[in-house]
Amino acid sequence: MGVFNIFSKDKKEKLDEGLSKTKESLFGKLSRAVVGKSKVDDTVLDDLEEVLITSDVGVNTTLKIIERIEERVARDKYVNTSELNQILRDEIAELLEENNTSDYSKLQLPEQDQPYVIMVVGVNGVGKTTTIGKLAHQFKNMGKSVILGAADTFRAAAVDQLTIWSERVGVPIVSQGMNADPASVAFDTLQSAVSKNADVVLIDTAGRLHNKVNLMNELGKIKKVMQKVIPDAPHEILLVLDGSTGQNAFEQAKQFTAATEVNALALTKLDGTAKGGVVIGISDQFKIPVKYIGVGEGMEDLQVFNRKEFVDSLFGN
Amino acid sequence: MFENLSDKLDRAFKVLKGQGQITEVNVAETSKEIRRALLDADVSYKTAKSFADAVKEQAIGQDVLSSVSPGQLFTKITHDELAKLMGEEHAEVNLKGSPAIILIAGLQGSGKTTFSGKLANFLKNKKAKNPLLVAGDVYRPAAIDQLHVVGDQIGVQVYSDKENKDPVKIAEQGIKHASQNGHDVVIVDTAGRLAVDEKMMDEISAIKKSIKPSETLFVVDSMTGQDAVNTAEAFNQRIDFDGVVLTKLDGDTRGGAALSIRSVVNKPIKFVGTGEKMDALDVFYPKRMADRILGMGDVVSLVEKAQEQYDEEKARRLQKRIAKNQFDFNDFLDQISQIKKMGNVKDLMGMIPGVGKAMKDVDIDDDAFKHIEAMIHSMTPAERENPKLINGSRRKRIASGSGRSVAELNKLLKQFEQTSKMMKMMGNKKNMAKMMQNMPKMPGGLGR
Repeated sequence: MGVFNIFSKDKKEKLDEGLSKTKESLFGKLSRAVVGKSKVDDTVLDDLEEVLITSDVGVNTTLKIIERIEERVARDKYVNTSELNQILRDEIAELLEENNTSDYSKLQLPEQDQPYVIMVVGVNGVGKTTTIGKLAHQFKNMGKSVILGAADTFRAAAVDQLTIWSERVGVPIVSQGMNADPASVAFDTLQSAVSKNADVVLIDTAGRLHNKVNLMNELGKIKKVMQKVIPDAPHEILLVLDGSTGQNAFEQAKQFTAATEVNALALTKLDGTAKGGVVIGISDQFKIPVKYIGVGEGMEDLQVFNRKEFVDSLFGN
Repeated sequence: MFENLSDKLDRAFKVLKGQGQITEVNVAETSKEIRRALLDADVSYKTAKSFADAVKEQAIGQDVLSSVSPGQLFTKITHDELAKLMGEEHAEVNLKGSPAIILIAGLQGSGKTTFSGKLANFLKNKKAKNPLLVAGDVYRPAAIDQLHVVGDQIGVQVYSDKENKDPVKIAEQGIKHASQNGHDVVIVDTAGRLAVDEKMMDEISAIKKSIKPSETLFVVDSMTGQDAVNTAEAFNQRIDFDGVVLTKLDGDTRGGAALSIRSVVNKPIKFVGTGEKMDALDVFYPKRMADRILGMGDVVSLVEKAQEQYDEEKARRLQKRIAKNQFDFNDFLDQISQIKKMGNVKDLMGMIPGVGKAMKDVDIDDDAFKHIEAMIHSMTPAERENPKLINGSRRKRIASGSGRSVAELNKLLKQFEQTSKMMKMMGNKKNMAKMMQNMPKMPGGLGR
């Protein structure tokens, strides 16, 4: 594996660049918060709370981080503000470590599951189809044979959108047009994948708000039907979350997990304004690893999430 | 799901129980709770902070009504301030010009194309217009196809030019096409763009400069977090939009972004998207949005009702009488009529968050008070003032006069006796806490 190294040296540059806004705002604010102060006191902690919350870390995780720092301040009595950066870094790294059990540095496929079936789910407009397009491109560049399944048969022109991606990347697509039964499309796609001996199957699904019970049940049905072809499919249920989503991201993760046993997360659109914090919050609140992050519009800008690189990039070294 | 604000406030207000006024001291914790609740709803940090402080200012010195908890009163103040901040209702879309031009802008995935379709559908059906949709997203694969599908669904024409990669030219051509073909409104859909993408932001401001729309709408996902402020500010600086569209409100988001955007750019929210169907478009109601952000039942209407109906003068008189241990059946009757003024008991209970669900299957007899009233009305004035007078034969008379049984009357007299005992204890502060614990659950707060 890894004939084609998609993570050339500019990967880190891209990650740095994509997260630069997060970094600037997070640490710009932080340094302003501690300016003229030599000691970490309540005001500094209050400012830190503001910094973390405005970066979308989320209320619960923010309070957790603050509490941990408070404990440390209480223990060490006197904590220098210049040490705050290091402490914060340690705490964030620890939070990420607690729940992201596996740390990948490159795109990987388990040997034993072939074809490896990834079903992509999420609410409307988070970037599911785009994520699939980029993943397909990267898997193909790894030398894998990829097949796409257009099971978003609901949103206007969703099938066309995925078809354009399949042409752009140069991988086959299985579709039955709009308004077809998504489970039936998924079934066809898996059959085709088995007969073509494909390595990876990417199933697109329609965006659905997590509080729509019938639509959530539909995901269960799609899964069940796929298992008629490959008993342990889908191997990966990838929930795509929009990086600019606020507290509702936690609710989305909760509901989708309850409905479909999500086992991987992708966070998109992290190249916008002040974000990235949501990665920390999500990692803290859920046992599901963040597997991919989107830091730009290019094909290579969907990256495998590596918590060490992420923290390094966030704290600038 | 989320804990609602009034529960949180009630917790913060434990200290306040038994106090007559909201003061600086007992309010400190509350301000923090309001802030946290707003942050939980994705209201931006700055907005949440200044807002919570403003509510605190307003609340200090307010009398605490005995019929509502301080937490509820606070929630009401918060809610009112919130609704005020959210602005006026029914901000109309400006359709001046022939054709009138509406420009749609926003981030990727916010729902611009779906909204464009809904707006066209709305103008066609509700305003008797003949709109034209213009496909200005030349970047996302199949975006043009998507608009065509939407147009077909609602029977609205779509102008597109797949050969042309210049959205400014496409918009200009589209408007020309509209003038030539008798369309009176043109809706220009554009590509999603990040506020930090200079090139794309230049493009949208170039489109605006070129087509001079009568209305520019900024479409934003209602689930957006803290970033909503930055994005709205950036778009506003570049294209000075006229109104905001909140999409995906059929989810369970609290939609605090609405408040943040409003407070930062001070532009009205004109539409909300509430579903995937083409008619799932609503005008904006600030009050409903305030409810949603606070995540509560109808605490507000409960407090409003209590405030409306609560006669402070009477309450003061009652307090005096209790202090002097003069509580009698006339006061009892007054209390009942106070409660009755607030409306149907079951409805009233249902308005209290948390209680509503629990009460669903419980049958509360709205006539419960009717019988009590009848019995009291059958008493002579002397009996009402001094219930001790009511002996066996008087009991028989009152029972037959009110059409109730003697047993029922006995129950009432016993209840009244308990109530006045409690009143007596209330005068004695030491017993207060003990009494609160032991207070039997009586309908309508007869124990007060």
